[in-house]
Amino acid sequence: MDVLLDNLDLYGPGFLNTVELFLISAVGSLVLGTILAMLRVAPVPVMRAIGTTYVTLIRNTPLTLVFFFFALAFPLLEIVNADTFGGSAASYYFSAALMALILYTAAFVCEVVRSGINTVPVGQAEASRALGLTFGQMLGSVVLPQATRAVVPPMMSTMIALLKNTTIAAGFSVFQAGSISLNLSERGENQLIGLLWVAAFFIVLVIPMTLLQRSLEKRWSIAR
Amino acid sequence: MRVRTLAVALLAGGLALTACGKEGGPGDTGTAPPQQVATDVKVDGSPTFDKMKNRGRVVIGVKEDQPGLGYKDPTSGKFNGFDIEIAKLVAAKLGFADDKIDYKAIPSAGREQALINGDVDYYVGTYTINDKRKQQVAFAGPYFTAGQDLLVKKDDNEITGPETLKGKKVCSVTGSTPIQKVKSEGLTEPENIVELQTYSLCVEQLEQGAVDAVTTDDAILKGYASQSPTTLKVIGKPFSNEPYGIGLPKDDKALRDKVNDILDAAISGGDWQKAYDATLGKSGSTAQKPVLERY
Repeated sequence: MDVLLDNLDLYGPGFLNTVELFLISAVGSLVLGTILAMLRVAPVPVMRAIGTTYVTLIRNTPLTLVFFFFALAFPLLEIVNADTFGGSAASYYFSAALMALILYTAAFVCEVVRSGINTVPVGQAEASRALGLTFGQMLGSVVLPQATRAVVPPMMSTMIALLKNTTIAAGFSVFQAGSISLNLSERGENQLIGLLWVAAFFIVLVIPMTLLQRSLEKRWSIAR
Repeated sequence: MRVRTLAVALLAGGLALTACGKEGGPGDTGTAPPQQVATDVKVDGSPTFDKMKNRGRVVIGVKEDQPGLGYKDPTSGKFNGFDIEIAKLVAAKLGFADDKIDYKAIPSAGREQALINGDVDYYVGTYTINDKRKQQVAFAGPYFTAGQDLLVKKDDNEITGPETLKGKKVCSVTGSTPIQKVKSEGLTEPENIVELQTYSLCVEQLEQGAVDAVTTDDAILKGYASQSPTTLKVIGKPFSNEPYGIGLPKDDKALRDKVNDILDAAISGGDWQKAYDATLGKSGSTAQKPVLERY
């Protein structure tokens, strides 16, 4: 308990930053991932190719490598300069972490959404097209709502993985939960106990997500 | 025989290619002459020493990415540096020759746990002695005194010391003591602090101009400065006191006293100076002999 109370100045801001990183990148990756999934089922071959290439490329790259690219290599390309992200080093590295997390997780979200789309019978799509809906209307009002129902459990797993992935940012100048143990060791605290507290907080963060999953499943369940 | 010739030729070629053989280069920090290995060493009442004896080998925790101190040569896979020389010296006086030593590279954040778990018998790697750490581990020494300093680009005339860091981007390892000091003393604005995984990454960022200064102990920085003497320089105004000690399991007073005796003899007998001259001393800087703090 002492390890926690003596170092509240680490745990408090650390987990706040983790939650902030998680929330922004969760929204970002859900949006981007859904767009990608739409691309992958689009009737235009070029769009399908773009979606497939993205998923193949990003899903097969280790996240640390994606972080390395955005935090350290990206500035060298001189597409952006330090001022693009608010000028300071802290805001640059935070944006870099967000980009890495969003782009990486979007590939997984895309595949989850696509698997959901596949659970909707083809007849639904055919019927809506026969009624005169456009491709976008068909996806948005008929297929995706039904697909969403099927993807709640795997989507939640992807989001929980994202939450834990945020700790990688510790090595790339973003202070969050992953940096706590590194700071503790320099303060001469017992790291094992410190890490147990970090683990405990992660459980606390994951429990509401599990509850949300359960309630969504219940609310959206239908008799087939 | 031919295989060996080939191996040596390849090694020499590799050294030439990586320019590690150049005078004062970090890859070739040199080694002090081997120590006389003591025989019939007895350390009564030391569980750690008994463990080493039974194993017949000694496991020493070291750093692997700090040129001049604890550095693993990527071509030969051998460790070299001042910390390594001290580690070897202690091992020899405990009765273990060079070929009976197993080095284990352990980063800063894992040091206490490695000693507590008994993964290593003792740790020699820029380990600053402080009271907080003494609650978990024991220290022999200090065997060296370093101080926090700044590494900047050679043509940088704006940064002349810690008080000129305002508005500059400063890099160090995530959560390390030097960066915590920069934070707590407000040497630069919080949004200008960059924390990366290793010092080498920070130095890379400095050379690319992404950060303005790298801060940590001067001994470590000097190693990097001698790696790229044309582009980097150390400011040379240390603003902290970092006594390096040998980390030992906490309750092993017998071994701690023994290691202190060994260090005492080495410092007064000249072995310490030889170890320094063969490694850190090559950068041209001199060091004061440390004064042991027994407890």
